Amino acid sequence: MTSTVTPPVRESGSGADQGDGGARRRRLPRIPDRIRQGGLPYLLLLPAVLLELLVHIVPMVIGIVMSFRELTQLYINNWGNAPWRAFDNYKIAVDFDAPLGEALLHSFYVTCLFTVITVGLSWLFGMAAAVMLQGNFRGRGLLRAVFLTPYALPVYAAVITWAFMFQRDNGMINHVLHNQLGLTDEPSFWLIGDNSFIALVVVAVWKSWPFAFLMLMAGLQNIPRELYEAASIDGAGIWQQIRKITLPSLRPVNQVLVLVLFLWTFNDFNTPYVLFGESAPEAADLISIHIYQSSFVTWNFGTGSAMSVLLLLFLLLVTAVYLVATSRGRKGSGAV
Amino acid sequence: MRRTRAAAVITLVTALAATVTGCGGGTSTDEGGSNDSPKTLTYWASNQGPNIEADKKILTPELKKFEKETGIKVKLEVVPWSDLLTRILAATTSGQGPDVLNIGNTWSASLQATGALLPWDDKNFEAIGGRDRFVDSAVASAGAEGQPPAAVPLYSLAYALYYNKQMFADAGIDGPPATWDELVADGKKLSKDGKWALGTEGGNLSNNIHQVFALGQQHGDNFFDASGKPTFTTDGNVAAVKQYIDFMAKDKIIAPGNAEYAQNQSLTDFAKGKTAMVLWQAAASTFASQGMKPEDWGAAPVPVPSGTPGTGEQVNSMVAGINIAVFKNTKNIEGAKKFVEFMTSDAEQKLLNKTYGSIPPVAAAQSDPAFAAPDLKVLRDTLAGSAAPLPQVPEESQFETAVGTAVKDLWADAASGTPVTTESVKKRLDKAQQQMQQ
Repeated sequence: MTSTVTPPVRESGSGADQGDGGARRRRLPRIPDRIRQGGLPYLLLLPAVLLELLVHIVPMVIGIVMSFRELTQLYINNWGNAPWRAFDNYKIAVDFDAPLGEALLHSFYVTCLFTVITVGLSWLFGMAAAVMLQGNFRGRGLLRAVFLTPYALPVYAAVITWAFMFQRDNGMINHVLHNQLGLTDEPSFWLIGDNSFIALVVVAVWKSWPFAFLMLMAGLQNIPRELYEAASIDGAGIWQQIRKITLPSLRPVNQVLVLVLFLWTFNDFNTPYVLFGESAPEAADLISIHIYQSSFVTWNFGTGSAMSVLLLLFLLLVTAVYLVATSRGRKGSGAV
Repeated sequence: MRRTRAAAVITLVTALAATVTGCGGGTSTDEGGSNDSPKTLTYWASNQGPNIEADKKILTPELKKFEKETGIKVKLEVVPWSDLLTRILAATTSGQGPDVLNIGNTWSASLQATGALLPWDDKNFEAIGGRDRFVDSAVASAGAEGQPPAAVPLYSLAYALYYNKQMFADAGIDGPPATWDELVADGKKLSKDGKWALGTEGGNLSNNIHQVFALGQQHGDNFFDASGKPTFTTDGNVAAVKQYIDFMAKDKIIAPGNAEYAQNQSLTDFAKGKTAMVLWQAAASTFASQGMKPEDWGAAPVPVPSGTPGTGEQVNSMVAGINIAVFKNTKNIEGAKKFVEFMTSDAEQKLLNKTYGSIPPVAAAQSDPAFAAPDLKVLRDTLAGSAAPLPQVPEESQFETAVGTAVKDLWADAASGTPVTTESVKKRLDKAQQQMQQ
């Protein structure tokens, strides 16, 4: 479709409009038709593209360059002169028989498990809450606001509060589980040992499910009520309505939502860092903390950058497969 | 559909780019500073007092005094310890840092290796009154041996054993323990009825390092050899770490909950009478801020294997303290030196160290009667005769993380009832050592 786009003002202007207003227009520099018709959208995108370059792409390229250099404390003051190491940093990162590679592999497994559980639960809670709040009832607005609270709170303040609640001796979690409900024989540790994984998932889900709720609620409101009414007349139950109407209609929303939740969760740094500090327990040693440690704590920025690049490649691969798979599925189903 | 795909692609690019941007930045810096901005200085002070606001309240009048004397305005930022090293690293990498800053003295050699700090050679020391004004052990912990120090000592500290007098009296114990055997024996009498003998901060990596370093010295070992190579798994170091963890795992004189402490909760427990002893540096002001009166507690030297503290295997503390450094690329190098001179002057040293409960590293200032109080006398004597600086190697920061984490994990084992054996300690330390060598 290459039909010409003509400004409505020029075509529909009345004689009166062409008085001094027309004179004013004549004084303005004339934008060539070629730019107006083909280049204007790109011109408007230019500031965003420049900012994107500045904020993300340039640092990303620098990060990739750094991954090929021996960047320790000896060179960070003038890292342009750090010795070239070719792929040595990558070899160290993927040497799974050595402690650093072994720990990276371990944190990769932990992160995969953490991501699957957190994204799954966040989606489930978000979906349940969005469906629940579809109906009209008193207090719906209040409930919506309450559900969105975790999303609105500053991450640091929220997670540090969780850290206090998870403390063994003085925390509220053990107070409820042990002292009030008597569910445990003795107060449990949540910030060290194996339970730290559970604590991490709880906080991450609490933090991210409101986003799923928000997206799904918006998606649900775009589904015509008539579809449900017709289905109901045809005898479809609630589960059939969800399977045949709600989920297919939400497919485009879910495609973006799951992707965003996956990327945010896989890269989550704030939650484990605030919860456990710079050294997370083994059971909750996420890859983001691991890379942070390699870069900023042990001052080996070259290896840390190599790990970051490997992570980027992995996420690119997973995302590409995901996008191809979901696009194909959609074409096959014929859904919009 | 197109919109969805476009949204997905934009989201993808933004989120993915964020994964690699964590390691960005970096510029080269000049070989030396200039005097392009002679009327202002930026100062990053470490958090020394009970909180950041208290520090601002303490330091602001002094900075005004400096401004009045020199006409140089000092912009103060008090940085929490948990953020300080990362902030310094970021400033080093970007070249955009303060003019003057405080550093933990254990980081001196690591930061010295970056080349970002002004070296305090004889000429620079002369500008602040000469190297001889400072106590030797304090200067020794300001950089690697044989090189001009990377910083100037500002506040000196050492570890002492703080004990609750009432809890000791209630348990029928006459005075503080002098040896570890006595500490364990006393600890068993004190650990009952929900109260515990000793407090610790199992999740605090630096604190773990400080304790196991002193114990390592007592076992005749160091964590680095003379050439600077890590020697974490020597028998002495393994025994030192095991001895420390055994206070919880075997002797049962530390509450299991201490394994997750990292925010000075052990001091709160002490102030509330939940624990009877704590190994700490200059804790007086913290105890006072938590409602303890000076007569409620006493301070004694950290125990040693036998006899009294001294050199060699009777070392009972690391040389702790805070140094003041100048970023080499400062735009006011003369002003920065003047500020260091001001902060290390006899008068300021007396005032600030008195306020913070630390010991002046300036010998002349130590003669003030305020530093003859019983608890400060313990710290002074320790610094003078039985403290040793942590290894001044460029990898000191990595050492704190690697071994500090190993000890943290061992605390978690002890707290959860997982057996802590010589083999399990050695395995953790071996992993830490291999991480250091990559």
